[in-house]
Amino acid sequence: MSPVTRGFHGKRRDAPADRVPPGQYVTEGFPVLSAGPTPHTKQQDWTFTIRQGGTERKSWTWSQLQAEPVEQVTTDIHCVTRWSKLDTHWQAVSIDTLLAQVQHDAKYVLAFCDGGYTTNLPVADVTGGQAWLAFGYEDGPLAPEHGGPVRLLVPHLYFWKSAKWVRGLDLLDHDRPGFWETYGYNMYGDPWKEQRYAGD
Amino acid sequence: MEGTAVRGRLTWQTGTVSSVITETADTRTIVFDVPDWAGPGGIKQRAGQHLDVRLTAEDGYSAERSYSIASAPGEPLAITVQRLDDGEVSPYLTEELRAGDQLEVRGPIGGYFVWDGESDPLLLVAGGSGVVPLRCILRHRDRLGVSTPAELIYSVRTGPDVIYRDELGHYRGVELIYTLTREHPPGWTGLTGRVDAAMLGKYAWPAAQDPIAYVCGPTPFVEAVAEALVSLGYPPARVKTERFGATGDVNG
Amino acid sequence: MADTRDEVALDGNAIGGLLHEVFGREMTTAVGICGSCGASRQVAEFVVYLDCPGTVARCRDCTAVLMVITRQQDLNCVDLMGLASLTAQG
Repeated sequence: MSPVTRGFHGKRRDAPADRVPPGQYVTEGFPVLSAGPTPHTKQQDWTFTIRQGGTERKSWTWSQLQAEPVEQVTTDIHCVTRWSKLDTHWQAVSIDTLLAQVQHDAKYVLAFCDGGYTTNLPVADVTGGQAWLAFGYEDGPLAPEHGGPVRLLVPHLYFWKSAKWVRGLDLLDHDRPGFWETYGYNMYGDPWKEQRYAGD
Repeated sequence: MEGTAVRGRLTWQTGTVSSVITETADTRTIVFDVPDWAGPGGIKQRAGQHLDVRLTAEDGYSAERSYSIASAPGEPLAITVQRLDDGEVSPYLTEELRAGDQLEVRGPIGGYFVWDGESDPLLLVAGGSGVVPLRCILRHRDRLGVSTPAELIYSVRTGPDVIYRDELGHYRGVELIYTLTREHPPGWTGLTGRVDAAMLGKYAWPAAQDPIAYVCGPTPFVEAVAEALVSLGYPPARVKTERFGATGDVNG
Repeated sequence: MADTRDEVALDGNAIGGLLHEVFGREMTTAVGICGSCGASRQVAEFVVYLDCPGTVARCRDCTAVLMVITRQQDLNCVDLMGLASLTAQG
């Protein structure tokens, strides 16, 4: 047991327990968490592709994505490194809008990204108004260090599921671990159940 | 429970703060009293090494950070910490911590960015608080009494940001070159602007003298300086680099 | 090639303590060979991303993932799959 350091509290602010999951603290900043170099993909070079069995089912360019209905999303986000950020504002297109244009009976998706990052999600969790492709943050474009030009936004799960620099979804009939899930992080990642690691 | 130090094992020890020294407006040197650190039979520290620091809140929440050791081998252990506004640990260390406080430390750590008193010409290039391990090297050189030719090229935003200003001016046989990147006082005759190949080509030891370079600072600074030195003929293996960033103190 | 000049990209010096804890010895001078491109470098030269949510070390030459270290229930879990070899010095 480590001795207590006098006067050290960490950079934490109390928040109502119904607002912040257990073990989380509220931050005013927006920490940059990256597992690799920032890709800096230009809008005109960016595409989003839904694939199944290695085949492209449908693809969007940046301008095609902008032509889809854009939603203003206000939500809290929760990072597994224990910070939560309240009332973040995003401009985004719902994954419902995109998946509705592809006939499928997949149960899971694996999001893939520039830089090789992947993360897995149940289809049930990226539909029903729970997940978006976000390209605007607060009043401006989403910055590259925060996942721009476009990131996944799945705020009801730990934020590593909200993949930065997302380029598409692989439709799968079975769950397959992504990057952090391969290294022992939880396949699902519900912050309210503190599902940080496999077995939590 | 305090573990018994096993040779080769790295164990957390309690360090008691013996003094906190104001270096600049946002930078403090923290001197620790750690049993068995200095003196005969003490821990074998090398110039340039790190110290890990662990802070623990009353509810058990803890935060760990790694800092360069500012003190020379044989001296009481010291680190120099710059406050980062968004930080979690550095504001505590620079503003709250005072003599008599205790926190956990472990070290010394690292064997790459170290200098053991070799005679090859020393080129030290610092960006901001990257000067800390280089100051350790200069102190070590001074205490060893060796005549290794040395120069320090130190890039800071403004004059008042210079850490260890008085001390650096007193080292014998060390060429000291400041460059101010943001603003400079009227009458400033020193260098201005970022460290680049042109500046290094003019002031750094020529590669033909077989110098060894130690470059420490924020990542973009280190990348730019290391590339410039290699372009001037420094073999990559003779350019030792250490990068620090703000992130280590932003994430919880 | 992707940019490793970001402020968030550190180097292997930053995980000297963590690696010492895991391997029981100084490891920043250990030489690792990248399993993807074959580049040989000291651990101190690896590109390191901290707390993201684990720690990731990448090849400075090709950015392939070399080491992943996660902390689970107070245990450090280390994956060295990206390394063809890792040889401690001295």
